[in-house]
Amino acid sequence: MITMTTNTPTTTKDQPAATTAPGLIPLPPASARITAVIGAATTFASTFLAWTWTEAFPGNLTISGYPGGLQVLTLTGALLTLLFLLSGQGIRGLRWLTPGGTNSPVLLLALGTFAVTWFAVGAIAVELGGLVNLEPGGWIAAVTSLLLVIAATALPSDLPADDQRPATGTWKRLLHSFKAPEPGRAAPLPAWIEVLTIAAACGAGLIVFTYGIGTEYGQLFIGFLILTGFGAPALQRSGLVRRFSTLSQKHRNVTITAAFVAAAAFPFTQESDTYTSVAVSILIFATVAVGLNVVVGLAGLLDLGYVAFLGVGAYTAALVSGAPTAALGIQFPFWAAVLAGAVVSMIFGVIIGAPTLRVRGDYLAIVTLGFGEIFRIAMQNLDGTSGPDITNGPNGIPSIPDLKFFSFDLGEPHTVLGVELGRFANYYLLMLLFTALIIIVFRRSDRSRIGRAWVAIREDETAAGAMGINSFRLKLMAFALGATLAGIAGTVLAHVEYGVHPDGYKFVHTVPPNSAFLLAAVILGGMGTVSGPLIGAALLYLIPAKLQFMADYQLLLFGIALVLLMRFRPEGLIADRRQQLEFHETGQLDVPKDSATGLTKTEA
Amino acid sequence: MTTATPTPPAAEAQPAATVLSATGVTMRFGGLTAVQNVDLTVNSGEIVGLIGPNGAGKTTFFNCLTGLYTPTEGTVSYKDKVLPHKSHLVTQAGVARTFQNIRLFANMTVLENVLVGRHTRTKEGLLSALLRGPGFRRAENQSEQRAMELLEFTGLAAKRDHLARNLPYGEQRKLEIARALASDPGLLLLDEPTAGMNPQETRATQDLVFAIRDQGTAVLVIEHDMRFIFNLCDRVAVLVQGRKLVEGTPDVVQSDERVVAAYLGTPYEGDTSAETAPEDGPEDTTGTTSTKDTEGGTA
Ligand SMILES: Nc1ncnc2c1ncn2[C@@H]1O[C@H](COP(=O)(O)OP(=O)(O)OP(=O)(O)O)[C@@H](O)[C@H]1O
Ligand SMILES: [Mg+2]
Repeated sequence: MITMTTNTPTTTKDQPAATTAPGLIPLPPASARITAVIGAATTFASTFLAWTWTEAFPGNLTISGYPGGLQVLTLTGALLTLLFLLSGQGIRGLRWLTPGGTNSPVLLLALGTFAVTWFAVGAIAVELGGLVNLEPGGWIAAVTSLLLVIAATALPSDLPADDQRPATGTWKRLLHSFKAPEPGRAAPLPAWIEVLTIAAACGAGLIVFTYGIGTEYGQLFIGFLILTGFGAPALQRSGLVRRFSTLSQKHRNVTITAAFVAAAAFPFTQESDTYTSVAVSILIFATVAVGLNVVVGLAGLLDLGYVAFLGVGAYTAALVSGAPTAALGIQFPFWAAVLAGAVVSMIFGVIIGAPTLRVRGDYLAIVTLGFGEIFRIAMQNLDGTSGPDITNGPNGIPSIPDLKFFSFDLGEPHTVLGVELGRFANYYLLMLLFTALIIIVFRRSDRSRIGRAWVAIREDETAAGAMGINSFRLKLMAFALGATLAGIAGTVLAHVEYGVHPDGYKFVHTVPPNSAFLLAAVILGGMGTVSGPLIGAALLYLIPAKLQFMADYQLLLFGIALVLLMRFRPEGLIADRRQQLEFHETGQLDVPKDSATGLTKTEA
Repeated sequence: MTTATPTPPAAEAQPAATVLSATGVTMRFGGLTAVQNVDLTVNSGEIVGLIGPNGAGKTTFFNCLTGLYTPTEGTVSYKDKVLPHKSHLVTQAGVARTFQNIRLFANMTVLENVLVGRHTRTKEGLLSALLRGPGFRRAENQSEQRAMELLEFTGLAAKRDHLARNLPYGEQRKLEIARALASDPGLLLLDEPTAGMNPQETRATQDLVFAIRDQGTAVLVIEHDMRFIFNLCDRVAVLVQGRKLVEGTPDVVQSDERVVAAYLGTPYEGDTSAETAPEDGPEDTTGTTSTKDTEGGTA
């Protein structure tokens, strides 16, 4: 590839769009385009052939004319690539797909298709012991997807070459060809079309999520991650994401309703409770991450013991919800249990926050880390031997009775709209209400005088003080609000999991929820946003659940992933409009940070 | 410059009420005495300058006034009330400031920066933010209206949705002033408001400071640009090595030999020409002299 890039001038001459930088591989754009179309179409077709001869490889890739398993992913990738290619050609009726960049999304999708196909072929060869296990269909798919990628890299890049800093070297030019212009202003559409578009986008989101959560074996999930990993940036480059966010700002209520309906529709797409139980765990985990985002993302307080507040809520609910072994032996109605969990969590938040929020930065992280562990160990020891018998120590409080609203027992399956909803589906829908509540709390507090003050403190605490913000009070408010939200989620968690157990609230553990994963979900997803922690939490929950073969290396991989993320995308997957300054702070200070305590610290 | 001419009578009409009075302010850092026994008053309707060589303790003195530092000795009072040593309470009381090294909320928009400045003059709490009642909306609208007024006033209205960190340097300084004004202060402290500005921007800032004074806010300003200070100020105090050396009208201070010696070791007159020569326009020189005359006349 590198040697081929030398004679570009000859090929660029006959090209009308002289402003765009030529592709990595010197092919005339027209032939590149045709080759790419052929590559995408044949890759698409190859998924209808058998890729292997035995059903030993999961997903049954042996039937001609019926794509299965990983073939479906290749098919989807190839089809999308084809559509975007044709849209870039200016085919009528498809233009709307690429209001922004045209070639960069094609390149990304082509790479995604290629990666999924080669992953599938490689997995077959490795798993079944050799390339002989590939049927001709597998070979064809591999070759055609390679052709597609090569042709896609030959497409000219969407943005003209930067004359000031010309991209030299293959790697830099490749990076340059991933860049795309912002889409222009959309022509106004009739309102009902816009509303339908929003609904369709939410439906598509539901389909992608349902597919991901329903992947039955590890290889398929990896394939799914690969394809979405390339597909999401492709959508962003194409300008569709920007279009959607413009639309959703215009019809905010419609978008919120549509997203909520799509989320509520999830249990109706499931035949059994298997994946609904995963979904309800994801939902709880994600909701707690949104709550943590108030503390970390908005107010900039590094809380390493946040899971303890989830635990406080869960234990409170367990104690007052009529579990046979609970020390209190009382049974509140559910709303009262939620309220109790919220209030007790808030009190703990204030007790922990009041002494520690007076100091800045690292101290808070250490104190919260300590508190998280103290909570767990205390729960373990309040068992009647080393302390008063409140929590049953290591046994936890099991057998919390299922919730009943009037005669509706959440523990029993019910048939709604012809679909049988099991226990977890019931709790999923209940939890969804709390998720919506917590998202509303997050958004409303963010867009207010209080939220602005939090962000101001995060950005520059000294300047915030000079603007009349009582930073201690506001930080305490953020901390207590975060604790309250976690406590609310904890009360549902206790019911979903039938009980509480001290080991569920560790600082770090291989399964979520734990403080490290919660923080990672916020940072991975994007601080200060709602969708960031939701996506981050879903990923961090699903990856360990689906890829159990890497359980031994999980924390190692987790650490590596975070390091890479911080290196290449410190703002997280979803960037907040006001991006994090913390990681880039260079400002010189007029006063030392700790002027209030009279200490002269050497923080720059 | 035109704004300067009508004001002296207005300033004289109100008997000069003391806005700020600092008495015996001393600030020691370990063995280093950065500010030593400094007295300073600012009267309403006044623009007071604070000058001195680098490291003289000017910023430290500001930090003592605004509660960022707790002075080792001395008290600071605003309109006859002793100011507490907490910066947010000082702002609440009515003293706002800007910073020598710009400290905007870099990742917030221009409008949001000014809205943060409104914090002390609004009181909608968390509950009202969550419930979003009519009162909340009204307060938000009013804050936004006031913020937009200030952005018009400082000429930043067109940039309301830009991130603060994307503004050019001069506009960042202006935004700091707008943000400080958002708290409706009775006294505004400016720490080197024209540092890094070109001559046009400096002149615009001068007009801005006059306009702020005309709106009834007293101003205390630190600056190294002597022409700016002597054009602008009713009174100038000179700080050298933490002590107040001289205080008086620009004329008095300019001709004081101790100041000249402490500052430069060479006569001030010679330095003015050296300092102003590169940036001097002919129309500018006349403007300077005329303002100087009016300022001198009031004293
Ligand atoms: N927090 C601190 N700890 C120790 N010494 C300090 C501290 N703040 C300021 N100083 C010292 O106090 C002296 C006065 O500094 P200050 O920043 O007030 O000077 P300045 O008059 O504002 O100078 P410039 O014109 O350069 O801004 C300097 O010697 C400085 O090093
Ligand atoms: Mg200074």
